[in-house]
Amino acid sequence: MSEVLVLVDHVDGAVSKPTLELLTLAGRLGEPSAVFIGPSGQGAEAAKKLGEYGAAKVYVVDDTEVKGYLVAPKAEVLAQLVEKTSPAGVLLVSSYEGKEIAGRLAIKTGSGLITDAVDVADDGTTTQAVFAGNYTVQAKVTHGTPIVTVKPNSAAPEAVGAAGAVEEFAATISDSAKKAQIVASQPRQASGRPELTEAAIVVSGGRGTGGDFAPVEGLADALGAAVGASRAAVDSGWMPHSFQVGQTGKTVSPQLYVANGISGAIQHRAGMQTSKTIVAVNKDEEAPIFELVDFGVVGDLHAVLPALTEKVKERKG
Amino acid sequence: MNIVVCVKYVPDATADRQFESDNTVDRVGVDGLLSELDEYAVEQALQIKEKRSDEDITITALCVGPEKAVDAVRKALQMGADKGVHVSDDAIAGSDYGATSLVLAKAVQKIDAEEKVDLVMCGMASTDGSGSVVPAMLAERLDYPQVTFGSKIETQGDQVRIQRDGDVATEIIGGSMPLVLSVTDQTGEARYPSFKGIMAAKKKPMETWSLADIGVDAGEVGLSVAWTTVEAATARPPREAGEVHTDEDGSGAGALADFLASKKFI
Ligand SMILES: Cc1cc2nc3c(=O)[nH]c(=O)nc-3n(C[C@H](O)[C@H](O)[C@H](O)COP(=O)(O)OP(=O)(O)OC[C@H]3O[C@@H](n4cnc5c(N)ncnc54)[C@H](O)[C@@H]3O)c2cc1C
Ligand SMILES: Nc1ncnc2c1ncn2[C@@H]1O[C@H](COP(=O)(O)O)[C@@H](O)[C@H]1O
Repeated sequence: MSEVLVLVDHVDGAVSKPTLELLTLAGRLGEPSAVFIGPSGQGAEAAKKLGEYGAAKVYVVDDTEVKGYLVAPKAEVLAQLVEKTSPAGVLLVSSYEGKEIAGRLAIKTGSGLITDAVDVADDGTTTQAVFAGNYTVQAKVTHGTPIVTVKPNSAAPEAVGAAGAVEEFAATISDSAKKAQIVASQPRQASGRPELTEAAIVVSGGRGTGGDFAPVEGLADALGAAVGASRAAVDSGWMPHSFQVGQTGKTVSPQLYVANGISGAIQHRAGMQTSKTIVAVNKDEEAPIFELVDFGVVGDLHAVLPALTEKVKERKG
Repeated sequence: MNIVVCVKYVPDATADRQFESDNTVDRVGVDGLLSELDEYAVEQALQIKEKRSDEDITITALCVGPEKAVDAVRKALQMGADKGVHVSDDAIAGSDYGATSLVLAKAVQKIDAEEKVDLVMCGMASTDGSGSVVPAMLAERLDYPQVTFGSKIETQGDQVRIQRDGDVATEIIGGSMPLVLSVTDQTGEARYPSFKGIMAAKKKPMETWSLADIGVDAGEVGLSVAWTTVEAATARPPREAGEVHTDEDGSGAGALADFLASKKFI
């Protein structure tokens, strides 16, 4: 069976959940091999988890010549592994970085590239949601090694217990790949709430909050939810950009999305339209968000949300 | 300094967008415009030119697309770009990322041969494809450094520094020109063309290039040789209209709590 390369997304060796999802999808196409770029000690540790979720092999690539530079060196590592293993495909997480590595790899290897897949079938057919989620597209790579970036939350990780055998791989990084330097890096501060793209429930606020996010955050905490925001709320400086849901923010697809004081512009919909259940509180009954809802309340969020939060707390005991 | 800004012509997101029978995006039968996210790139190019007013800076707007796509170039000229280049050829229709980046790279090389290019600027994503991959592919093809997804841009001499807001960290990325620079919608609102700008745009140089002009063989691009194929494109069924409750005397919270309980969220 052919190998399928999965680029491991990790922070200091801690493997992200979307990586485990990729391993599950890779198992449909062939035998998953994880590619861990980082210190070898961390790689050996991560290999246990990667094996548990389906990686037969874990290529550990020392990152001394990779870290400190943007994207290009990682694409070189993957290109060399593609050369060595002739894999049935390469899967990466659909992040800024994942997509850009994939783009460069596609050019290097003369391969077709599909971005933002939400599913990958046994025969390599991918599913994407396009045009703000208004269309579903089935596509396939027809040339070279299929390279696919997959959105978080696209599959349920399965603990299948594979070997996770570590194989050190020495990559050669060209000088030309070291031309864009990471001059400084400031880790994002943890919010203490669930990760926006991974949360089962997301409670968002928009311009209608008037800048007071306390009612939104109160409800989110009562529901154990992540907090999101519209671009209007982010542009006003009320919330950091990392909270933004939509075309130029995060795409979320939770079990429940609660939009408060958000009108429902197409660019916002693009990031939340595939949520399973949608609820909105908006004082304008004509707001387009009401076209999407399973349940909507026409009312002032500053009154409705605190009262709702109390009721949620009561019912949850 | 010589700046090339890549601007894409896209179907209007606020109107109906659709696919053709061959599953390519309908770019002719629908209203189109300069991708809003590329306006931010044009804006940042203009700001660089304004900040470095003692230098001789040329901004060329470059677009690959069908005949109508010239509108995107025109808009960039109205905003303040100096020159326009529109690469248009029937053979390009249906091109995927790989072929699009090839055509863009060859066009940049032709501009570079006339006058050395320092910056190739792009939007963070096109509003139709949302791939966010063409800038990285361009950098790969041109062998330029990529300094991408900048939310803050600074240039000094031949050095460029950006702030890049990633998922786990905010980074400062630096590189030397020539390079590919992409900018996000966090860089600040793009200007509207002024009346003066609209009038001035009519006199600005604008060239239309075919594939032959940039040395690309028609057999290298287009739908028939694309490295990916779209097998089906289906409109998502509209969501069924749900219940909307008007909050009177504080009844809204209770109704919503009942709904959430019925769905087992509480
Ligand atoms: C290229 C591009 C990319 C974009 N990307 C994004 C994106 O990623 N994410 C995004 O969100 N937007 C994005 N936008 C912006 C988008 O078009 C809208 O401008 C934005 O979503 C509006 O945010 P809003 O709904 O919070 O504000 P508004 O549209 O102003 O709506 C505010 C709503 O709050 C309601 N309201 C006011 N007061 C109250 C109250 N007290 N109680 C209850 N309701 C109240 C109002 O009735 C109104 O419906 C993008 C735009 C462009 C052009
Ligand atoms: N056909 C095109 N013509 C000009 N620029 C383009 C074209 N396609 C993509 N670009 C540039 O590449 C960026 C990213 O595009 P994409 O990878 O398609 O999301 C856009 O914001 C543009 O700056």
